[in-house]
Amino acid sequence: MAEALVTAPSKPKIQIVPLRGLPVVAVVIAGLVAAIATNKLWALDFYHVVGGGMWTALDLFLGLVIGPILARMSVQARMEFSARFMPKMLLIMPTLVTMTLASGWQLARLVGVLDLTYPQRWWVNASFIVVGVMAVIAIGILEPANIAVLFEMRKPHPDGEIIARLMRRFIYTAGITGVMQIATLIIMTRLASL
Amino acid sequence: MRRLPPIAEIAVAAMALIIVGGITVASRLPRPAPLPVLVALVAVAALLVLADVVLVSRLHDFAWPVFFRVAKWSALAYAVMYGILEFTFVYDHVHGYTLVMLTLMLVIIAVDIPLLFGFSVARYAEAGSE
Repeated sequence: MAEALVTAPSKPKIQIVPLRGLPVVAVVIAGLVAAIATNKLWALDFYHVVGGGMWTALDLFLGLVIGPILARMSVQARMEFSARFMPKMLLIMPTLVTMTLASGWQLARLVGVLDLTYPQRWWVNASFIVVGVMAVIAIGILEPANIAVLFEMRKPHPDGEIIARLMRRFIYTAGITGVMQIATLIIMTRLASL
Repeated sequence: MRRLPPIAEIAVAAMALIIVGGITVASRLPRPAPLPVLVALVAVAALLVLADVVLVSRLHDFAWPVFFRVAKWSALAYAVMYGILEFTFVYDHVHGYTLVMLTLMLVIIAVDIPLLFGFSVARYAEAGSE
């Protein structure tokens, strides 16, 4: 009996999008729209700092801490972890990115960052470029791999090779965005002290 | 695993062009970005997405139910994001050709990303599976 449990681990039940989290996302998005519509400096600052801080911390943690740990785990262990972790990321990351970018844009307009002249303007442009590159990596490579892994794991007989390949892609891209977040930290602190 | 056309790669290339267009607009504000550059970026991105739609539609033995399920929900999720972006543009009095080009970029991305997500999942699913 014990041997059977070891050799045939139970397949985790996977919900692609955690429905219980949707009301929280709706509240956050409604607050974001209200912050933009009212142009309140504190509200925009709150959304940008909180969203940006969490996004940066999550990317750094995922890319530089969780990623290398995952890379050394067995495929079965990665599957167990991913089945619980990735659905949450599917809700958390797009929400954080939307609240950070939308409030950041509005904040930049409000406090005159978009009116900066060169050479200071290069810092603003650098932030656009870093975010743009991260968006291509996250939406174009990381997110499809994330969703594909979840769907593969829901199959009655998941293909371990496909999961390992997609997870490798996920780990590498998370590492790249993690490192790019260091550039974001440098740019944002530089902009805040101009 | 069977070889498929480079649909994901084309979708990522189209997305990259749209993002370059967005950066071009943002980096010039409050002045307008050069229209020919924006038109060129949007046109090439639109052609790439169109090519992708054609390539996907010609796939045989493909898990269409899975493709449409993922694409449909991705489209809904990203529509919320693009809705907020469009709301911000209009709210900030972005007007003229800049608004038209930004809206076109959002429309292209709104087709591109669901297609990319749907394809990325359906390519690993068995044809006809739900």
